[in-house]
Amino acid sequence: METADSAHTGDDTRSAGSPGTADTPAPPGTSADGEGSPVGRRLVLGMLGLGAAGLVTAPYVQRGTESVLSAVSGKDPTGVTGLLPNGGGFRYYSVASSVPRRGPRDYELTVGGLVERPARHGLGELRGMPQHRIVRDVQCVTGWRVPSTPFEGVRLSHVLDLAGVRPEATAVRFTCFDGVYSESLTLKQAMRDDVLIALGMQDKPVSHQHGGPVRLYVAPMYFYKSAKWLSGIELTREVEPGYWEKRGYAVDGWVGRSNGRDDAPTAA
Amino acid sequence: MLRQPPDRQVPAASSGAGAQYPDVLRFTRAVRWCHRTTSLLMAVCVGTALCLYVPGLAQLAGRRALMVTLHQWSGLLLPAPVLAGLASRALRADLGRLNRFGPHDRRWLRRARRARRPYPPPGEDWGRDAGKFNAGQKVFAAWIAGAVLVMTGTGLLMWFTGLAPLQWRTSATFVHDWLALAIGVVLAAHVAMAAAHPEARRAMRTGRADRAWARREHALWQPPDGSETETAGRTESK
Repeated sequence: METADSAHTGDDTRSAGSPGTADTPAPPGTSADGEGSPVGRRLVLGMLGLGAAGLVTAPYVQRGTESVLSAVSGKDPTGVTGLLPNGGGFRYYSVASSVPRRGPRDYELTVGGLVERPARHGLGELRGMPQHRIVRDVQCVTGWRVPSTPFEGVRLSHVLDLAGVRPEATAVRFTCFDGVYSESLTLKQAMRDDVLIALGMQDKPVSHQHGGPVRLYVAPMYFYKSAKWLSGIELTREVEPGYWEKRGYAVDGWVGRSNGRDDAPTAA
Repeated sequence: MLRQPPDRQVPAASSGAGAQYPDVLRFTRAVRWCHRTTSLLMAVCVGTALCLYVPGLAQLAGRRALMVTLHQWSGLLLPAPVLAGLASRALRADLGRLNRFGPHDRRWLRRARRARRPYPPPGEDWGRDAGKFNAGQKVFAAWIAGAVLVMTGTGLLMWFTGLAPLQWRTSATFVHDWLALAIGVVLAAHVAMAAAHPEARRAMRTGRADRAWARREHALWQPPDGSETETAGRTESK
């Protein structure tokens, strides 16, 4: 068998001048190394083609993998599926280089802008206000979805009512103590019952990772609207686009009706 | 294929003092450095990826900005060592060998398909259908090269958010995530193969391999310094 090959390649001078094969010419009796079809190049190009195909089909494939994984991860005691892409569970995103930690002693939420009574609320004060619990799916604009996640906290509308919104205000701007992130809602959106200043998430105090001690929770919208590490609320004359909104994300980030996505809505 | 016992002369292309009788030059210094820098970049890239992605490690490592920067730059630079290495004729020659698949590679792959895992089964003569690189090594090289390019492309789409519409970014994230998983598996296999083959490891570390090993594992390879019979005497540049 080898002799047959050697006889063939021994006579084959075709590739002698081909680029990249700086072999010594194969003497008779050996099968030439470095000759033959350029399968390697085809494999590389094939991978590039697969990558491009993946980009094109991702929106469809992603829906499939998500539904399978979210079904499996509910019954997976090991938590391994949580590590798979979109395998259920939150992903930590922070746009800031590092985020300071704030606790009961140094956390403060300021309410200002077009209000009658600018205010500062400490953590204890927020905990003393009427609390509400909402359980909905969380949907990220990058694709992952976490089913039935409880959030607990003060309705944003309650805090706005305390401050007394002036009639010329039509929008609310949120700033964060990471020093970078910002978000906006229209006043009408901000007054919804399912928009919380969240102190609890998954029935625990909101952890630093998840934007604690206090984060925004906007149930019907993509999760980038639920600003982490909330520290400032400002009533404005018109909507001022936030961090991601300046980078192409929708200001009205309704789940399933914005950002070119059609996920199932997370709230009515 | 084993035509004659090794000759007693010092191999022509071996460099300086370390050269000794039965060894053959398998990888020149340029090739070794290319492999070394690539593996270092890959280690940084994979390590930071884990710190960004695995929740436990993300909390343990913190310093997200640093992790992101390291991940982006190590990833972007990953193709650089090979590109720089193209200046070396020996590396170009090795790339040429990795690229070209001859009839023996088809036989090797056919056997690998039939073989029961874990293969190669002990005792079987896999080297008889292998040139300087066996077909498995060639497939790995091409696959990882293509995968790295796809990761670079999708990574750039995620890095420079203004580069493409939002839907592309979402799709790029999806491709990047799943391909990363596949690369993790393939790299683990690559490392496991290295762990199982000390002589191959030595060749990548020192450049030299035992001549008998080379004949056994890569029977169709003609080492450049083999002054066996009628080799034209051309040596790989160093």
